[in-house]
Amino acid sequence: MAKRRLFWAYVLAAAVLAAAPLLLDAYWVDVLNSVGLYALLALSLNLILGDAGLFNMGHAAFYAVGAYTGAILNTQLGVPILWALPVAGLVAALFAALVARPVIHLRGDYLLIVTVGMGEIVRIALVNNVFGLTGGANGIFGIARPSLFGYRVRRPQEFFYLIWAFVALTVMLFNRLEQSRFGRALNYLREDEVAAEGSGINTVRYKLMAFALGAGWAGMAGSLYAAKMTIISPESFSFWESVVLFLIVILGGSGSIPGVIAGAALVVGLPELFRKFASARMLVFGLVMMIMMIVRPQGLFPLRRPRFREADLDREAVP
Amino acid sequence: MEQFFQQLTNGLAVGGIYALIALGYTMVYGVLKLINFAHGDLFTYGAYLGLTLLVSLLLQDRLGSVVGVLVLAAMVMGLVGLIGVILERSAYRPLRTSPRLSAVVSALGASIFLQNALMLIYGARYQVYPENVLPQAAVSLFGLNIPLMRIVVVLVSLIMMAALYLFVQKTKTGTAIRAAAIDQGAARLMGIDVDRVIRLVFLIGPALGGAAGLLVGLYYGQVNFTMGWIYGMKAFTAAILGGIGNIPGAMVGGLLLGVIEALGAAYLSIAWKDAIAFVVLILILIIRPTGLLGERVAEKV
Repeated sequence: MAKRRLFWAYVLAAAVLAAAPLLLDAYWVDVLNSVGLYALLALSLNLILGDAGLFNMGHAAFYAVGAYTGAILNTQLGVPILWALPVAGLVAALFAALVARPVIHLRGDYLLIVTVGMGEIVRIALVNNVFGLTGGANGIFGIARPSLFGYRVRRPQEFFYLIWAFVALTVMLFNRLEQSRFGRALNYLREDEVAAEGSGINTVRYKLMAFALGAGWAGMAGSLYAAKMTIISPESFSFWESVVLFLIVILGGSGSIPGVIAGAALVVGLPELFRKFASARMLVFGLVMMIMMIVRPQGLFPLRRPRFREADLDREAVP
Repeated sequence: MEQFFQQLTNGLAVGGIYALIALGYTMVYGVLKLINFAHGDLFTYGAYLGLTLLVSLLLQDRLGSVVGVLVLAAMVMGLVGLIGVILERSAYRPLRTSPRLSAVVSALGASIFLQNALMLIYGARYQVYPENVLPQAAVSLFGLNIPLMRIVVVLVSLIMMAALYLFVQKTKTGTAIRAAAIDQGAARLMGIDVDRVIRLVFLIGPALGGAAGLLVGLYYGQVNFTMGWIYGMKAFTAAILGGIGNIPGAMVGGLLLGVIEALGAAYLSIAWKDAIAFVVLILILIIRPTGLLGERVAEKV
């Protein structure tokens, strides 16, 4: 029942979004583009933080690795940015697997601190123009716009469909993933690591896979971001970016895909409505975080776990 | 060689500041097993409150520079300690029995809130401390010219650390703090008011952090509302380096990290200065998660 309602909610949301660019001006379409990008990033973080329960507060690092990979491939080798997308994802995933391997056994807030440190190291490396490829503090500019079937995506309205199509694809895939053996293993890990290990789940392997997959997805989102902005710099991948993503997942409801998307809309979109108070934005965020954890720690739209009911038993019994 | 000793003494001064902040992290972690992410921002509050009181009260003119700064330090420590107690009451006490993630997120929220409140009050620009609050002399020591302020910073932080160590080791209240850190339930059964201990920890830790903020203001002459984050991260690294929950560990870790960072910046690369602390953090967590002096194995690592 709940599942069917969710399905129709998705259909409704898709219909409203598809019509949105026709009704809104370019500015608001651009806001929705940002919401879409953050939704993508937050969904990828949700895999790590929400499903596997690993406190990753350096997600901006993977996002950055993807964005820079896409940008470098595009500006240095002339690879079309959409072709660079999977490569960027792969590089980000490999990078994540490599750096996460020695620290994956750390739990809770220790992992959080280490990922914060990693995020900072990546940012400092980008500022210091590592390998002479990242362009230092100025970043990389002149990234070519993507083209799709010979059609050049340029206006915000066109990007809107590109980004939200990617979001829709992500929701579909991650939904399937959540219900797969892999997704269930991650949930098990989050709830009780010892018990999970006892039932034959290779915890290190699954944690690393969650990390790599989430990072890879963030890397692809990063490439998309690079294509949209045509210019990227280390500033865009600061610690606060990681905090905002963390916040989206926690506020929306960690582990819940619709919750995370709603979280992105709230955290990124809502402040646009109150532009006058833009400087107080983060103050309100901080306050909301404290109050939420006391009043509603599971997030606004938490994951509703399927419950076993007696009716299910009867249905099974009838041939 | 001259450069080496200059960097060494500079590292010790910066390390003393890290150690003072690290004490706050380590005491809170010892009793509550919580990383108080807002601690770095309390340090910034110390720097800003110090500046405001310095400019508005002009204590150094009325009482002379030494007494004036001492009174100022006492006021800053008291105020920041008070903010710490309020923070504990409002953001952490309601979550004491909640899962770890909730407390961590609340702490982060508190950090963001405090930092931005400061920005809204003072503005985002750097704030400059008045000059010549303390005499700007340089002391000749073993043929080296060392700024007086540097020696003051090292001495003040060492005195405070020693005082805290004696307090925790020798007094009855200190024993209660140690007992609560080892086992809260048992401490409660022994008639220790654990809530009072936690309040006390949130008074002392932020007070020391606030003093560190004032020292930074006097030493570098300028403060910024975001500086608490980077100082906080480094001080936390220092606490881990020494062994989190361990008070002498925080002192050793702080001084060591300050020296490593100063020498690394001088001899390896100045551009990577801020990354050094994070590399140390990651290495120590991989190789020896209990830290240099930590004997207790942190159960969650």
